[in-house]
Amino acid sequence: MTISPEELNHHSTGPVESKSAERVVAMSFLVSFLATVALGVTFWQGGQPQLEGTFLFVALVGIGVGTVSWGKYLVPQGPFVEEREELVSTEAEKAAFEASLGRGTSELTRRKALTRLLGLSLGALGLIQLFPFVRSLGPLPKNSLTLTNWKTNARLVKPDGTPISVNDLEVGGILTAFPEGFAGNAYDQVVLVRPSQSAIVTKPGRESWAPQGYLAYSKVCTHAGCPVGLYQQLTQQLLCPCHQSLFDVMTGATPVFGPAPRPLPQLPLLIDSNGFLRAQAGFDQPVGPGYWERS
Amino acid sequence: MSQTTDWLDERLGVAKGGRKLVNKIFPDHWSFMLGEIALYSFIVLLFTGVFLTLFFVPSSHEIIYHGSYAPLRGQKVSEAYASTLNISFNVRAGLVMRQMHHWAANVFIAAIVVHMLRIFFTGAFRKPREMNWVVGVLLMILAIVNGFLGYSLPDDLISGTGIRIAFSIVLSVPVVGSYLAFLLFGGNFPGDSIIPRFYTIHVLLVPGIIIGLLAAHLGMMVRQKHTQFPGKGKTNRNVVGIAAWPAYAFQAGGFFFLTAGVLAALGGLVQINPIWLYGQYIPYKVSYAVQPDWYMGWLDGALRLMPSWETVMFGHMIPTVFFPAVLLPGVTFTILAMWPFIERKWTKDDSIHNLLERPRDNPKRTALGAAVLSFYVVLFFASSTDVLANSFNTSLNFVLWSFRILVFVVPPIVWYFTFHLCKETSGVYNAGKRKRALVINLSASGEYSTVETEPYFEKEEEEIVELPEEVAFHSGVTEHKETANELMFATSHSSANMKTSPTDDIGPLRSGGTGIFRIPRNVPGGGATGMGSRKRRPGKSEE
Ligand code: HEM
Ligand code: FES
Repeated sequence: MTISPEELNHHSTGPVESKSAERVVAMSFLVSFLATVALGVTFWQGGQPQLEGTFLFVALVGIGVGTVSWGKYLVPQGPFVEEREELVSTEAEKAAFEASLGRGTSELTRRKALTRLLGLSLGALGLIQLFPFVRSLGPLPKNSLTLTNWKTNARLVKPDGTPISVNDLEVGGILTAFPEGFAGNAYDQVVLVRPSQSAIVTKPGRESWAPQGYLAYSKVCTHAGCPVGLYQQLTQQLLCPCHQSLFDVMTGATPVFGPAPRPLPQLPLLIDSNGFLRAQAGFDQPVGPGYWERS
Repeated sequence: MSQTTDWLDERLGVAKGGRKLVNKIFPDHWSFMLGEIALYSFIVLLFTGVFLTLFFVPSSHEIIYHGSYAPLRGQKVSEAYASTLNISFNVRAGLVMRQMHHWAANVFIAAIVVHMLRIFFTGAFRKPREMNWVVGVLLMILAIVNGFLGYSLPDDLISGTGIRIAFSIVLSVPVVGSYLAFLLFGGNFPGDSIIPRFYTIHVLLVPGIIIGLLAAHLGMMVRQKHTQFPGKGKTNRNVVGIAAWPAYAFQAGGFFFLTAGVLAALGGLVQINPIWLYGQYIPYKVSYAVQPDWYMGWLDGALRLMPSWETVMFGHMIPTVFFPAVLLPGVTFTILAMWPFIERKWTKDDSIHNLLERPRDNPKRTALGAAVLSFYVVLFFASSTDVLANSFNTSLNFVLWSFRILVFVVPPIVWYFTFHLCKETSGVYNAGKRKRALVINLSASGEYSTVETEPYFEKEEEEIVELPEEVAFHSGVTEHKETANELMFATSHSSANMKTSPTDDIGPLRSGGTGIFRIPRNVPGGGATGMGSRKRRPGKSEE
């Protein structure tokens, strides 16, 4: 049951009167109107973000204050009471509902074979819709997560594509490098650093990977893939800006702090007869963050 | 009968249902506005978003920038980035609309979260409203997802880094991760499909689903009617408040304009996401202090705090990001969505609840909720470990380990204090800042006497007490003008001789009807001041 008109009327013995509230409402609407005019002028004059924001604010808030005050001070507030109707139906109503429903359901259960056929055709139609998704939304991963464009003898180039020679990097310097032909590629990026040679701790099997102290590591963080681009010379560490993993440059970029689980893969380098840096071979493992098939 | 009513009624039969709608009652409590803020921010998002679509170019195709922002002229940028610059600098009102859109997104999600906390801590999700809670959780997830997608559209350095992390997170899903990532992002990261794809999902798919779910959310609410806080005259079987028309409609309609106005002020005056300072996203460039919008903070914090455990089993890897970024949100949202059912299993409570609980009256739930919330708050702050380390000049290591400890230590502490605080205050009607009201009566012989409103003890099963018609006070909020003339006053509880029964000697004050009145605020001493005595719930005081 809702409120009867009499009840409503009981609470609103005549209109609510308040001169001061009326004044507030009138002022608000007026101010809003003026602000809208000012907004129009601002647009006319070519616009200005701060003025636009301010005038729009005043125009909207004017209407807001006016309307809320109207609703609060110039109309009956009650409180009114409304009874809740029973949501739950009676047993008879429920039974009647189920009986009506049953008319159709029995049609389905009576003709089992037809029902199954309908299910089959609907299901097949639904399934086949997945096909365009799987086929067209993206290529299958295949080996694109395992392989980079680093091949034996690939020259290292700068982001603008120019080859990097031994003279390009001072001791203590850092460069971002790519395999020639793939400058800017997100997956191939490596950091090239040149710490002072003596302190490098070479891992077994990597003795020849850092000619003249040039070290190249994949720049894709093994945590979540951000570029590991901040080189802290003092500590010889590479910092990932995303979640602050630290990799020790001198010991094969092993993670020494933060959530990164694995060292940055190292790219074996060589210096060719013209003094250009080249890769001895590709990476010996997939670069970047982990995934199910990576072992 | 007005002609319009006749005309419409003969065609649609509007009068019957229309009257119900016009007379629908809305409880008058500030916390009910939280959901409204969310709804109104969403409307602002629709308006500003449509405006943005007119100028935004969802393409990662590279062009040379020739626009009006001088520092970037001549640089290679994507069309998405360039068009966002164009919106910001050349389109009239473009920057305001763009910033309003972004602010509205942040306010939208914040309002949803606070709204949800209100529902949780007052038990409004209990039977019969479990389904609406689930819909609400879905809405929150969609809002967060769409916020992330929109944030990614301008293709700037910071958001691009966010997409990179998102890709790695999808990649980390066991078994299907790499396939899922390649399908969702259109191949290996970065690729040209991300921006156009995110765009369609952001402006069409997710908003469409949100609108559908909102309709369900509000539809269920109208069907089941509002919950209300317990109080005099408020029972499990009625709703007490203001009527839909005109009071509520005016107030709510006006409140939309207030919300939109505040968002306009933020959009015009408070800079957000100045992408021209960040630059175009380039996969090998980094920026310092990368931080997402606030609602992604807890995930970022979790990613930072998680130790670097990477499991390789039987030739397969479970990457470390799986735990904080897939498992944690998965478990979080599943438990959140299932909560009404979990609680029902636990309390074995099958009754209908239209009356809210005050949080203190359910110490177990409140303490649990506060503890869990504090866990996420700690995670949120953990997303600024680097900033904190810098500004307090401590080592990152120290900050990280502090958070790793805090995230497990803070929740139990919060639990303990919340639980005991609830215990101590529960059953005290109007504990907190509002005191029990005093009714001042003028007797027939011209003498004044005071009567204290009864302490309210919620006993849901038997609480449908018909109140004595004469006096029915709700120590109230807003005023009702007529009551002032009727000599009904309320003061804060300050004297001790309050033992009179509420029905004593108040004959002249018959109000008839529903008998519920608000206490005038403009009366001396009315409203809430000073400390009153608190009464404990009988028999429930010390447990
Ligand atoms: C759940 C609702 C929505 C949320 C949370 C949301 C959030 C966002 C955010 C945070 C941005 C980034 C703004 C920036 O700083 O550049 C954005 C951009 C954008 N949004 Fe939305 N949005 C929503 C709905 C919509 C709708 C319904 C539309 C259109 C019909 C839309 C159209 C756009 C467009 C075109 C952009 C790109 C332009 C730009 O980045 O400035 N959004 N959105
Ligand atoms: S992406 Fe490098 S630390 Fe997370």
